[in-house]
Amino acid sequence: MSELVTKGAAELGELIAGGDVSAVEVARAHLDRIARVDGQVNAFLHVDAETTLAQARAVDERRAAGEELGPLAGVPIAHKDVFTTADMPTTAGSKILEGWLPPYDATVTARLRKAGLVILGKTNMDEFAMGSSTENSAYGPTRNPWDTSRIPGGSSGGSSAAVASYQAPLSTGTDTGGSIRQPAAVTGIVGMKPTYGGASRYGMIAFASSLDTPGPFARNVLDAALLHEAFSGHDAMDSTSIDAAVPPVVEAARRGDVNGLRVGVVKEFHGEGYEPGVTARFDEAVEVLESLGAKVVEVSCPNFTYALPAYYLIAPSECSSNLARFDAMRYGLRVGDDGSRSAEEVMALTRAAGFGPEVKRRIMLGTYALSSGYYDAYYGKAQQVRTLIKRDFEAAFEQVDVLISPTTPTTAFTIGERADDPMAMYLADLCTIPTNLAGNAAISVPCGLSDGLPVGLQIMAPVLADDRVYRVGAAIERALEDRWGGPLLAQAPAL
Amino acid sequence: MKYDEALAKYEPVLGIETHIELGTASKMFCGCPTGFGAEPNTQVCPVCLGLPGALPVTNHAAIEGIIKIGLALNCEIVEWCRFARKNYFYPDMPKNFQISQYDEPLCVNGFLEVEAEGETYRIEIERVHMEEDTGKSLHVGGATGRIQGADHSLVDYNRAGIPLVEIVTKPIPATGEKAPLVARAYATELRELVRSLGVSDVRMEEGSMRCDVNVSLMPRGAAEWGTRTETKNVNSLRSVERAVRSEIERQAGVLSGGGRIVQETRHFHEDTGRTTSGRSKEEAQDYRYFPEPDLVPMAPSREWVAELKASLPELPAARRRRVQAEWALSDLELRDVVNAGAVELIEATVAAGADAGAARKWWMNELSRRATEQGVELDALPITPEQVARIQAMVAAGELNDKLARQVFEGVLAGEGAPDEVVAARGLKVVSDEGELSSIIDRVIADNAAVADKVRSGKVAAAGALVGAVMKATRGQADAGRARELILEKLGAS
Ligand SMILES: [Zn+2]
Repeated sequence: MSELVTKGAAELGELIAGGDVSAVEVARAHLDRIARVDGQVNAFLHVDAETTLAQARAVDERRAAGEELGPLAGVPIAHKDVFTTADMPTTAGSKILEGWLPPYDATVTARLRKAGLVILGKTNMDEFAMGSSTENSAYGPTRNPWDTSRIPGGSSGGSSAAVASYQAPLSTGTDTGGSIRQPAAVTGIVGMKPTYGGASRYGMIAFASSLDTPGPFARNVLDAALLHEAFSGHDAMDSTSIDAAVPPVVEAARRGDVNGLRVGVVKEFHGEGYEPGVTARFDEAVEVLESLGAKVVEVSCPNFTYALPAYYLIAPSECSSNLARFDAMRYGLRVGDDGSRSAEEVMALTRAAGFGPEVKRRIMLGTYALSSGYYDAYYGKAQQVRTLIKRDFEAAFEQVDVLISPTTPTTAFTIGERADDPMAMYLADLCTIPTNLAGNAAISVPCGLSDGLPVGLQIMAPVLADDRVYRVGAAIERALEDRWGGPLLAQAPAL
Repeated sequence: MKYDEALAKYEPVLGIETHIELGTASKMFCGCPTGFGAEPNTQVCPVCLGLPGALPVTNHAAIEGIIKIGLALNCEIVEWCRFARKNYFYPDMPKNFQISQYDEPLCVNGFLEVEAEGETYRIEIERVHMEEDTGKSLHVGGATGRIQGADHSLVDYNRAGIPLVEIVTKPIPATGEKAPLVARAYATELRELVRSLGVSDVRMEEGSMRCDVNVSLMPRGAAEWGTRTETKNVNSLRSVERAVRSEIERQAGVLSGGGRIVQETRHFHEDTGRTTSGRSKEEAQDYRYFPEPDLVPMAPSREWVAELKASLPELPAARRRRVQAEWALSDLELRDVVNAGAVELIEATVAAGADAGAARKWWMNELSRRATEQGVELDALPITPEQVARIQAMVAAGELNDKLARQVFEGVLAGEGAPDEVVAARGLKVVSDEGELSSIIDRVIADNAAVADKVRSGKVAAAGALVGAVMKATRGQADAGRARELILEKLGAS
């Protein structure tokens, strides 16, 4: 393994800026790594070395021409296949978009390019971001680098696995119910869900519009903050994008202290139903925070218990409408257009062939929940629960500065283990969903191993207090790495 | 059933839903231009094509337009409301949902006063809401131009995403036999109102204003309203009137034959003047409305609404009251001017220097006749109020008489150029050279000695024949009044 691929993004950025290594050399090292290990991991759906090297060359040329470039210029990144890219196909992990080349770049994509990040390729995901294991991809599951018989989390499993297997120092993800934090937790890396509206959704293929949030993956907190800063901020193309300055996340990640900070342990996400190793690592993290000077108390958020059922009404409802556009008329798959069938029949045949079972399940759930006569009992009630959850957060943040919980109740399960049990699969996002419903910020950082598999610590902060979770995340990362004698990922078996 | 018979037995209740395309420069949720008649699919982008990942952003100018309409209709502008998604599959719907408004419209509880045959009706407005237009399907190869039986269909998305305002009335009861006229008067008044605001060109023939007409009948004296039908595809003011009339006749026939009215959508056919059945309520779609999560709620500030209210121009009703006084019109004359759609045209002609009486005369007689002949609206004639004023100025100066002026109108309408160009090209000048006119009169008197003697003996009325002869000799280019004066003078009868 080339030394270049083990380095973090900030460090690579400095080496490239200092002329110690070129962006092309760094890109080549990562392309080599992908060629070597991705057969075992299946993190990427699309890699095109020529396009990647051309981007790297362009960064080197910009620098040679004396252009002032950001801290991540020349650093490679793996990009979730849910973001449109005008130079690479975009499928959202679905057969229905196989081979679709978008005519435009997502705002996040455009900002990556502007910051000089070099896109290595597009990463695998659960179809339309629906899932917690990446098993719902139409292009085969991604495997967890810690144990390739296990899932890398989902829906952004390709992105978490790419970073955890040193195929990329950074990757993008999207988090609708935990799709960044849960994969980060089960692969032993950092994953952040910013405040809803903090980064643009324009060009991000929608699953559930009111919940979808783009965010970064990295192998350390500072790298995640640098990427967060690079693609966040107001975008006139997204009505729900917040017109405010990006919180000072990089400064917070560099600072990393918790002295005097009030930390709340969410009572409802602790104890019974959690894997013992997960609870043990979480309790140790609490002790570490206390030893660093944080004041830890227990906080009750009683309505968090209803978050999961509310989520499984709201998200499917929105997706049933968002996915209606995949009708074979203008792009993507078209089935049955033999001249004998009506447009409606072609639409139905295409959707039957193009969507996987989980997507169909959610479209049906959502269609039902929105239908006349059921709306109030399902969608309407779920929205009321959403308001109650927001109030729980508001009440909690009057007592504490951040809330913490395990990111996910268990470590990575094995591929196929929960494939036929949607309810068991949905439980993977039990702790992460409240944050999506309330729209606030949360991060997952590694906090140790349970039976040799990574455990994540979730840190939650109020809306637009994204810097606070970086501050706490960086502090605990430093303390734990001192204890472990290096990053948790160093303990992963070699691929 | 005959109309009179139907009205003797039943009382109609109306309801009208009107869609108006706003004339904003760009579409409702993206920056694409909105011009009518562009090559298909040239005014599109990822947003209005509904490409994966694309998101809508509200056009501020469209919200301004709908608020102006709401205010002009005496509506309350709500402080907070949302867009909603109306979900249904159709090939000309890029996202297979339409961004519209459902239970939270922007403007509510207004009214519009309209006049039909001298009576004033207050039409209550339930709501005015904002939505986006769909694309346009062209069904090729079938006999009817509808999707059934077509070989294939083409879709033009240029129209997709054009801002559309929907104006919904409350049920309109107690119009009796005037129901068709009231419906037409409402559509006419609404069109005038929206046009005066300058937010839409409201051309029914181009589809920028479209009406759906709801009609139900109940037996005279009954307390409960009957089942209603909704007639679509009503594309002119005249069709609004005809559709209501035809639907009243049809429903009365069904009811008096012991049948029941099915709640359904019906289509109006311009050629036959009849409606045919469309979709029934049983087959009706469940649109699964829910708040549009891609758009933040609308919360027009009270200051902004007040500003827009203060900026409203003079509205048609007020303008009518003013011009009636200024032009000294009887109620009947005013109604004719309004019905002809001539108020603005006459005003502009007056503004360009013509006196009101003459301006009204030209627009209401000569030009109305020509518009009727050509089957177009008055304002669609290829002549401007400034040109009408110029022609009238020549008449006032004695350079043209009415007969010549009509020839100038003909020339301008035929595209021969501006009035002065037509006058020059056709050589249309009143013979105003007194010497020439005088010698022509002498010749006419000599040729008609018997008539001349009658005039000399005091039968002044006989001079008309001599004036006619003079006009004939000058091919109409003499000033008839002056010719008459000269004839009487020469014959010592003045
Ligand atoms: Zn557009």
